[in-house]
Amino acid sequence: MNAIILTAAWGVLMMLCGAFIKSKSAPKYLAIAGLLLVLISNCLELGTGASFFSIDVKDMIRVNSFNLTFINIALGCTLLYFLLNGRDIEKVGEHVSEYFALLFFVLCGVALISTFNTLLMLFIGIEIVSIPLYVLTGSDKRNLKSNEAALKYFLMGSFSTGIMLLGIAFLYGGSETGSFYISNIISGNDPMPPMIAVGLVLLLISMSFKVSAAPFHFWTPDVYDGAPTVFTSFMATIVKAAAFFAFVRLFENAFGSMHAQWQKLIVILIAATLLIGNLTAVFQQSVKRMLAYSSIAQAGFMLFSLFALNGMAKEGLVLYTAAYSLASIGIFAILVKMNDYTIDGFNGLAKQQPVLALTATIFLLSLTGIPLTAGFQSKFYMLLAAVENGQHIWLVILAVLCAAISAYYYFRVIQAMYFKDSTSSAESVNSSDISLSFKLLLVITAVLIIVLGMFPNFITDWLYF
Amino acid sequence: MDPKNIWITFPELLTWFPLIAGVVAFIIREEKKVKSWALIASLITLGISVASLVYSDNTKYFYLNNVSYFWLKYVGSNLTLGLDGMGHMLTALTAVAFPIIFIATSKTSFKNANAYYGLMLLTQAGLMGVFTAMDVLIFYFFWELAVIPAYFLCSRWGGERRIQATFKFFVYTFAGSLLMLIGIMYVYTHTYPTPYAEHSFAMNAFYSATLSVKEQNWVFWLFFVAFAIKMPVFPFHTWQPDTYEQAPTSTTMVLSGIMVKMGIFAVIRWLVPVFPQAAVRFDNIVIGLSVVGMIYASLIAIKQDDLKRFVAYSSIAHIGLMCAAIFTQSSIGLQGVMIQMFSHGINIIGMWIVVDLVEKQTGTRKISELGGIAHKAPVLTIFLVVIALANIALPLTNAFVGEFMMFSGLFKFNIIYTAVALLSIILAAVYTLNMVQKVFYGEANAVTNTIQEISLNQKLVLGVLVVFIFLFGVFPQPLLDLTKDTVMTILTRFK
Repeated sequence: MNAIILTAAWGVLMMLCGAFIKSKSAPKYLAIAGLLLVLISNCLELGTGASFFSIDVKDMIRVNSFNLTFINIALGCTLLYFLLNGRDIEKVGEHVSEYFALLFFVLCGVALISTFNTLLMLFIGIEIVSIPLYVLTGSDKRNLKSNEAALKYFLMGSFSTGIMLLGIAFLYGGSETGSFYISNIISGNDPMPPMIAVGLVLLLISMSFKVSAAPFHFWTPDVYDGAPTVFTSFMATIVKAAAFFAFVRLFENAFGSMHAQWQKLIVILIAATLLIGNLTAVFQQSVKRMLAYSSIAQAGFMLFSLFALNGMAKEGLVLYTAAYSLASIGIFAILVKMNDYTIDGFNGLAKQQPVLALTATIFLLSLTGIPLTAGFQSKFYMLLAAVENGQHIWLVILAVLCAAISAYYYFRVIQAMYFKDSTSSAESVNSSDISLSFKLLLVITAVLIIVLGMFPNFITDWLYF
Repeated sequence: MDPKNIWITFPELLTWFPLIAGVVAFIIREEKKVKSWALIASLITLGISVASLVYSDNTKYFYLNNVSYFWLKYVGSNLTLGLDGMGHMLTALTAVAFPIIFIATSKTSFKNANAYYGLMLLTQAGLMGVFTAMDVLIFYFFWELAVIPAYFLCSRWGGERRIQATFKFFVYTFAGSLLMLIGIMYVYTHTYPTPYAEHSFAMNAFYSATLSVKEQNWVFWLFFVAFAIKMPVFPFHTWQPDTYEQAPTSTTMVLSGIMVKMGIFAVIRWLVPVFPQAAVRFDNIVIGLSVVGMIYASLIAIKQDDLKRFVAYSSIAHIGLMCAAIFTQSSIGLQGVMIQMFSHGINIIGMWIVVDLVEKQTGTRKISELGGIAHKAPVLTIFLVVIALANIALPLTNAFVGEFMMFSGLFKFNIIYTAVALLSIILAAVYTLNMVQKVFYGEANAVTNTIQEISLNQKLVLGVLVVFIFLFGVFPQPLLDLTKDTVMTILTRFK
């Protein structure tokens, strides 16, 4: 509860601060302070179970250690994101405080979609997440690509929201008790009524759109590429992770008892997402676009939690969101500083900026899933969950083959940084842009990734607190 | 000795010391200092290894050789390290090889020497971890950990086509190990529960996993492909010649001397005992592939003009025999594999040292351009001839003992395979003697005229290798005694 209310309140505060404070760097510090406040209050709620606010929500929101841990991860990653990218957010445009306000509203939505207990809350949460994102995507107003991306995102996003509403309507009509509560939609173990089936498929489609699972992924590369890179980083990590969390929460609680009937659909989604994401990423020359496709590919792995839907899978999903967000925020933070977004732009980075190159290597190794990094542990938990499920072992084999393909495009960047020499005499990054604290934060992120890779129980133990 | 008083064990020392030494090496900026540090560190590791051999008797000193800590308690994986006979032998080989490699290549200068030696020591740590892991997840960790530094070593300090060649190597092994990972997970879901978790990754749990014959049959291949790529066995060998050729020679020594043993080791430790029925069922296929690979690689070796590719192919031929011998399910064959794992490591490192010396002095590796080195460098030639004879497995050399035992095992298994495989010995004589003749005898030409006799350092390391060759050629018993327990374990699993 703390997180939902405090983020919303702080968002409003940030907006007002834009009207009264003229200093350009003040919003950043205010935002970091606010986020710390939210994070601490959420940690308190996780630790003691006490919330600052006692509101009767009629059970429309349900808080437990599982989703509180996830919110903690989302908030922690956002804090890291603010610290790493604060200066770059200031550079996007004039309305700095509004960007931060919008980001806080997104966080409010993130908290909602990880705690919802009725379909209405899910819908409201998804909208609260999406609308600020449409604005942020187009925030680079004078850039044609940014405008195009925002429009595309808005049109596709509202379309998928429409589908979701339609699905919700079907479920409402189809459920015996006529209820929006997700646990009441299906009663008993009878065969699925047709209305429910239609609603389920519609919800599946719209959620797949939100997590950019193939074949509903077409907006992703354009939007991620067009949006200002700092906001791409936020969209591709925290927002995507939250959408996944909501996806799994919805399908587990609402349709968990009919898992066997819709598992086949998930199988198709996983296979398509893995293949399309990985194979397309191989051909990208721009690192930003490559990361967009890689985020699709990673979504394929996260979908395994829906495929397996057991305890291991849920642990794995939380771990995966943490590992993936950390590594992606890190690599995007470095990408923002690059002068040239193509892979060749990374040539010889190891000589100019050894710290950046080393940390980027750790982030990429983690995304590939090399042991001793958090990325390995999360993939490992996911695949283990899928194998424990016992069916469709071929899918797991496909997944690891795709992971091998992913090594190809991630390692191209590593090769460029370490084994190739810079062709132009200009620097790959403006060294004046790289402060000591930025480097320190990157190193901290990298260390976090390795610590999580060795001791994933730091996160998974909290789930059962 | 009271087990309570032991606060650190040999497997821990062997694994963590190179790891820490490797990290330290990154900090030392000066090339000379980092070279000495790497040498000292590897000698200390060798000392630890020798000490562990003194206490190798697991019936008396079990607590010195085995250790286990909680790690992923609720998943069922613990940090379990242990040394059995085979582990002792291979950690000893690793410990011996690194100082030899460092001394032999001490003249070579590397850009960013600190990174180079740091990565070398990290590779050593990974290898030690693979040989001591008694928990399959830990094994997987180290299995990858050994490859990553090797990848960076080859791509950064290698030859012209290094990036493509080593990338091929990396993708091959990565894909292989991921397949193995699925296999691991599948077996894991069929293991018994531990007090904290439903299943377990411990070695004993894997050995007693309840897999039906049908399941064994396909999971076997997931593991086998990973190990076959590493060894490499025909037809998974195509990465090897390219990588050996392009890698810096000191890294090639690690790759071919020790890293390929990871594959053989893994088959003996993790494949055959976990899937004994599948191993018996598919013995003909595996042995067939190995024998085909032996002949194929030998024939190609004859045609090679590049010394590095030549050694690479001859190595494939030798590895093929080892792989075949494991699946003969005979005690003599397995004992032969044990001896040959050690001997092959020694011989091929010697071979690479000679190749490196020739290349460094003449600037070429082309057999056709070389000739007459014997006149200029007689000592080098003597060493080379001894090593070459060991490569052909002549009596009195260490390789003879191992190959003889392996062929005996193979003979018991099937006479046709033996007959075909024996051809590879003749072919080995053809290509090895042909190489010796062309490179070292005959008239010296413009390229080889400037060649000089090797230095004392190099004489020393080659001398040590030759001592090993003859020592285990006439007195292989210590190796047999050491690895007896492992051989017994495998044989009981076959029954």
